[in-house]
Amino acid sequence: MANRLVYILPLMVFLIMAVYFAIGLSKDPSILPSALINKPIPEFSLPPIDGGPGKGFSSADLRGNGVSVINVFASWCVPCRVEHPLIARLAALKVATVYGLNFKDKPKKALKWLQEMGDPYAAHGSDPKGRVAIDFGVYGIPETFIIDNDGIIRYKYVGPINPGRLEKEILPIIKKFSP
Amino acid sequence: MRKALFALALVFAWPPPAWAVNPDEVLSDPVMENRAREISRGLRCLVCQNQSIDDSDADLAKDLRIIVRERLTAGDSDAQVVDFVVSRYGDYVLLKPPFKLATLVLWLGPAAIAGGGLIAVLMFFRRRRTGESAVQPAAVLTRPPPLSDEENRRIEELLKDDAP
Repeated sequence: MANRLVYILPLMVFLIMAVYFAIGLSKDPSILPSALINKPIPEFSLPPIDGGPGKGFSSADLRGNGVSVINVFASWCVPCRVEHPLIARLAALKVATVYGLNFKDKPKKALKWLQEMGDPYAAHGSDPKGRVAIDFGVYGIPETFIIDNDGIIRYKYVGPINPGRLEKEILPIIKKFSP
Repeated sequence: MRKALFALALVFAWPPPAWAVNPDEVLSDPVMENRAREISRGLRCLVCQNQSIDDSDADLAKDLRIIVRERLTAGDSDAQVVDFVVSRYGDYVLLKPPFKLATLVLWLGPAAIAGGGLIAVLMFFRRRRTGESAVQPAAVLTRPPPLSDEENRRIEELLKDDAP
């Protein structure tokens, strides 16, 4: 009986490899797990975009004011343009405070972009050197973070969000962490 | 002769390999710069993924190189600098994954599979030697018993019949 098992062994090895490949190859290697999920936000204070409205935002604003969303964007970022209407839709739902982190941008271009595309952000902060973004583990924009009432990062999405992602992931997670 | 010497001089004057590190990033202290280079070589550029930040021309790699140098100048140890980057980008940023519980399979898996294979091969040959094997080749390999006198006689008879 044990001898028969030897014949099945190659098939079993093949099946195990097939499962590994099915999992490994269906993942997008450019999307990395975030090291900061369930960790507190880094301390920061961002000035507003030079010449723009508002007074920027800081880590203190993200604690005790309900769920917040930080959307990292720049005028030079093409996918940001694609997802912007969805960020606007999310902001209009008023389920979370949506902040815009303007990443390595020229203030004039950023303001023109916001004028053109609409400015859905409760506040925006300018990060010309990308240092705050690095503290957030940002490596490719757009990136979108959900931060709970206690200032803990609960979710991060890399790349432009799409309607499905908004409905099936972002909104439920915001709801889950809403006080 | 002079031309040959010139050619030889050119060979030895071969430029050092080029790096992505820009001159303006280089620290004035050569010891610290060396440490920075050593650390940079172990950190993955997350945009290009299979290059170190020392090799990569990406913006993020440049920023991280500068941060590595800033931390070193601020008096951090090599480990503290690496921790600083890992705390933001995760273990994935290390080109050489750390040895810990989550990566146990990664580090020990190949050795375990090779060991298992070796044991299987050894068992196969030991069984074969003792005559009991998975595919029972014993019957094929051992010589058949010699023909009996009766059988020899029959062969001769059959051959005789065939003769014309």
